Amino acid sequence: MKRQIPLLLTFLAGAIPTIAFFVPQKHVGLVSTTLDSWLIIVAGFALLLGVVNVVQMNTNKIKRQASGWPYAIVLLAGLAIMGFFGVAGAFDKFGGIATRPDGSSTPFDWLYKYGFLPLQGTMFALLAFFMASASYRAFRARNTEATILLIAALLVMFGRIPFGEMVSKWFPLATEWIMGKPNMAAQRGIMIGAALGAASMALRVILGIERSYLGLGKGE
Amino acid sequence: MPNRVHHAKFFSALPCPLLLLLRTKAVQSRGFPPGAFSARTPSPLILLCLFATLFFPFFSAQVEGQSSLSAGVAAVSGSQAAPEAVAAGGSAVGEESSAQGEMAQTAAIATQPAPPVVEGVTASDTRSDEGGSITVRWMEPENAKELGLKYQVLRTDKPDGEYTTVGEAGAGEQECVDRGLIDGQAYYYKVRSALGAGFADSEPTQAAFSKGNWFRFYRLNALVLLVVFSSAVLYYITRARKAKPIYIRKIAGLDAVDEAVGRATEMGKKMLYIPGIMSVDEIQTIASLAILGHVAKLSATYNADLEVPNKDPLTFAAARETVKEAYLEAGRPDLFREEMVNYVTYDQFAYTASVTGKMVRERPATNFLIGSFYAESLLLAETGQSIGAIQISGTAEVAQLPFFVVACDYTLIGEELYAASAYLSREPVLLGSIKGQDITKFLLIVALGLGVVLESIGIKFMTTAFRMR
Repeated sequence: MKRQIPLLLTFLAGAIPTIAFFVPQKHVGLVSTTLDSWLIIVAGFALLLGVVNVVQMNTNKIKRQASGWPYAIVLLAGLAIMGFFGVAGAFDKFGGIATRPDGSSTPFDWLYKYGFLPLQGTMFALLAFFMASASYRAFRARNTEATILLIAALLVMFGRIPFGEMVSKWFPLATEWIMGKPNMAAQRGIMIGAALGAASMALRVILGIERSYLGLGKGE
Repeated sequence: MPNRVHHAKFFSALPCPLLLLLRTKAVQSRGFPPGAFSARTPSPLILLCLFATLFFPFFSAQVEGQSSLSAGVAAVSGSQAAPEAVAAGGSAVGEESSAQGEMAQTAAIATQPAPPVVEGVTASDTRSDEGGSITVRWMEPENAKELGLKYQVLRTDKPDGEYTTVGEAGAGEQECVDRGLIDGQAYYYKVRSALGAGFADSEPTQAAFSKGNWFRFYRLNALVLLVVFSSAVLYYITRARKAKPIYIRKIAGLDAVDEAVGRATEMGKKMLYIPGIMSVDEIQTIASLAILGHVAKLSATYNADLEVPNKDPLTFAAARETVKEAYLEAGRPDLFREEMVNYVTYDQFAYTASVTGKMVRERPATNFLIGSFYAESLLLAETGQSIGAIQISGTAEVAQLPFFVVACDYTLIGEELYAASAYLSREPVLLGSIKGQDITKFLLIVALGLGVVLESIGIKFMTTAFRMR
């Protein structure tokens, strides 16, 4: 029973949207959209489970004074403060969670704007430096393939900047050709292969042949 | 619109004072032949002006519609409105001229051709829908576009009931879908052709009923492809069950999984398994969880330290069950700890910060980055590379693949990710599905080649056959 019920549920959750794709009957569509709504509800409960896990993990870390335990204090403090103002705001305390009518920030909004967003922006900005270091490593002409990659990359980069166009009108054209023809052909090849792979995987999952994601061992 | 009417009146009256000017001696003295502008013998230039006078109002009526048409006809009736305007010093404005304009408007309506009656009107249930709609079709009159004909679709639910407008269409259109109807109820339709203020109604249609359909015919191509694909996969699965050996090419990234787990065990360091940032409704995440099961089993067998940080709560719950079951299957449930699979946060960059921080502080020997990744892919992979961990990545996100190829030791590209569970388990049934998938891929390659040839010689069959709605 432990194996059969999850497999049956998986079959239904996979088969119903597939049927709804082809059958325009109202009740079929309704079942399909209801399943989507259930997913949101389940995800909500799973999020609660996640928060409990975060609290448990980090409390244990602080208790044991494990490696990096001061970070756990910062994390729990952040969770408690943002959580408090978020929940209180939802009950219309402190003016809610967005800006007040006079344009001033509520505590939650202030923390989000001046604490969370800059941190998020900082992480995203790091991407530029990582991209530079990755490019430096990738574009070393160690063999024929790497040299072709290097030349293509230089042409594309040169064709994308105004200076390249100033030097010769052929650079933007070469860039366009590289991106639109060989690059696009390779991308589409990967996409078609991946789409077929995804469909095959979905079929295996729906039919219960693929079970390893349920921790049920090999397919049967 | 009043401005347009004014302009039309002005331009239609313009040739008249021009004629007057041309008839003056001052103009004649500039070298035009004597009598060229005589009222008795109209010269070609005068004829041209007359033609312009006649033609312009008609043209402006076509463009501007009824209002400008009426203004134009004021000039067509020429001998009436225009002379008065000239007499008033070239101005078309004035009480008399407006009265003339109104008369001309009436005359225009009277002289306007009556719109043709639309024929061949039919009403039937809209195909391939869930019900509640009827499609009304009609045959367009031959000169509908030239006339600028407009259509109104009228409906009633009783044969002798009052018709109300439920839809409109312009020249060139030959059908209109009426929605929001009650299934099973009779509806009758007429199509009204309208030209300016005039209109003509078609004969009413037979009673039409809407109903829900059972199949979206416009998705027939998708169904055919699904049947072909599923048949190929199921056929090879059945063949695999009969123990016929199936060859599958080597995938370096998957062969390296054992080596990566072994390395972590030998070094006594941690393995990080990052299952992407998407939820379990993403098929890449499912594929990643299948690989996680295999990695966890190896980890249990070798007693290696595994950690799975999660961004999505549903993936977290599924990953925990997968790892737990894998340890159980490997016969080492005692080695499983709850904190092995943990939840971090729902925010993409906060998750990235946490995982990269963990990488730098704890320096894992092996990183698995398998699943659906977006902007965080390079941040994670490059940090892992900087700490010297062996990295195996896999994704079907085309935009992230170059980052993984550059920063990781092995990368599962697109379909390799989905083939991983079959490859790792070597289960014949799963391998059979890969073979079926490859057969479909071959058929698609043939279709693509054929499509290129047919399209090149102007036959559009393949492009229309594969179009999806």
